[in-house]
Amino acid sequence: MSMNNFALPTLTLRFFPIWRRQWLVWRKVAVPAILGHLADPVIYMLGLGYGLGSLLPEMGGTSYITFLAAGTLCYSSMNSASFESLYGAFARMHEQRTWEAIMNTPVTLDDVVLSEILWSATKSMMSGTAVLIVIWVLGLSNSLMSLWMIPLVLLIGLTFSAVGLIMTALAPAYDFFMYYFTLIITPMMLLCGVFFPVTQLPEALQALAAVLPLTHAVDLARPLMNGAVPEQAIFHIGVLLTYALVGFYISLVLFRRRLSR
Amino acid sequence: MNPVIQAKGLQKSYAGHRVVDGLDLSIHKGECFGLLGPNGAGKTTTLRILLGLIAPDAGTATLLDLPVPQAAREARIKVGVVPQMDNLDPDFTVAENLLVYGRYFGMPDSEIEARIPDLLDFASLTSKRDAKVPTLSGGMKRRLTLARALVNDPDVVFLDEPTTGLDPQARHLIWQRLNALTQQGKTLLLTTHFMDEAERLCHRLAVMDNGKLISQGSPRELIEQNIEPQVVEVFGETSGQWANDHAGKFSQRFEVSGESVFCYVQDAQPLVTHLQAQSELRYLHRPANLEDVFLKLTGREMRE
Repeated sequence: MSMNNFALPTLTLRFFPIWRRQWLVWRKVAVPAILGHLADPVIYMLGLGYGLGSLLPEMGGTSYITFLAAGTLCYSSMNSASFESLYGAFARMHEQRTWEAIMNTPVTLDDVVLSEILWSATKSMMSGTAVLIVIWVLGLSNSLMSLWMIPLVLLIGLTFSAVGLIMTALAPAYDFFMYYFTLIITPMMLLCGVFFPVTQLPEALQALAAVLPLTHAVDLARPLMNGAVPEQAIFHIGVLLTYALVGFYISLVLFRRRLSR
Repeated sequence: MNPVIQAKGLQKSYAGHRVVDGLDLSIHKGECFGLLGPNGAGKTTTLRILLGLIAPDAGTATLLDLPVPQAAREARIKVGVVPQMDNLDPDFTVAENLLVYGRYFGMPDSEIEARIPDLLDFASLTSKRDAKVPTLSGGMKRRLTLARALVNDPDVVFLDEPTTGLDPQARHLIWQRLNALTQQGKTLLLTTHFMDEAERLCHRLAVMDNGKLISQGSPRELIEQNIEPQVVEVFGETSGQWANDHAGKFSQRFEVSGESVFCYVQDAQPLVTHLQAQSELRYLHRPANLEDVFLKLTGREMRE
């Protein structure tokens, strides 16, 4: 009998002890980790928001910094999930051989990959919530609707950790991840409406932006931060979920192939 | 009673190269079974197939009466593994490593916590309970890996080169512990290329090369079946010349390796008497051991 690399994932609760392992590791470095995840987006948001924002007119009825706050939440969640599912997961798979240790027990690769996605999404949710708290404290959003950002950053985390794991499954070494960040993540930050509306782009780039997952995250986040119900919410959620599920499946197939030797 | 581990006709190829080639194996309860072989012989691949981590291209395997890889997950509930390379959690203390690992078996924390003192005692790590893994010596890490493999009280323990890279003191301590495990009735399957380790620990051995088992039996049987009982090693600058002129007369078989000549003989007395008269040569007369068998079966050339 040969194991089928293309079989659909078997989802079980056995991922949970692995998730608890990551939690225990994270707890030991929680304070510096939270500050580290907070510093970068908050500095960008404040620097660009107040500095550049003072030169700009209102955007869609809000100040530039409020406009930027929604985008910042989305891209910082994307970054947090991507870093964890690339560098973190690669360390556990390749360098520390943590996966190997786990798979010698009654836990399978499907459980391990699921736990990686859920863990990266958890981290993304934690850092997103920290940024959200800063936004509240600064008074940049005071709508109760902004509480919906917490499940949204979790969904953003699921999407980008699942997609990021595809890179992890293919990576020969850490250097490989530079391509992903330079060619995928940074362009998304610039094209998907984080710093300016997508409508400012040439049409060809608008068409590209429309298929990128971060655009759909921003389209959900911006109205929520302003207390409005996003248009086409189900469609945007559907796009993010599709990226998450397809990313999970492709990365799992690739991991099965990589680790079956 | 059925064998604890059974394999029939296992085959596995990678990129057209046959790594495991028609392997049959049965290992019984309470036995310490050693798999010997040079690097690349297929030992680790065999272990991975028997654990159900990879599927063989052909053949069948059972582990604790369950077919693998089909029911590997269920089988591994009662299996412990000591891998070739350390994969302890570097972020955790000794005790946390055991706790976290026990959870993968679905054990409740209270049950794992109750086992930790005994496991630490068994591994002589009680005083290191709260030490972080990177501060441990190589021997301590191996002992912790062994303790971790026992957290679920397994019936079978797989050990892939358990003492590679350890100093003699650390090896001896591991050997004692492995002996204790077989006395408790656990079944051990280990790979090694230390012949003294195999001779000391294993009830039965199999020598593996190029994916095939080439000989199998107790350490004593392997020696009796494969090799002359006495070995005389002859050293010295002129040993090569001496081997050409005389070695064949005195020994059933001889091999030249650098400046050493290994003479395999039924009766060493005539050879030893002859050598006593050769002042430029030194010699060592000893009974044949497993290393001689291993080198005879797998050859002296390097495998890299």
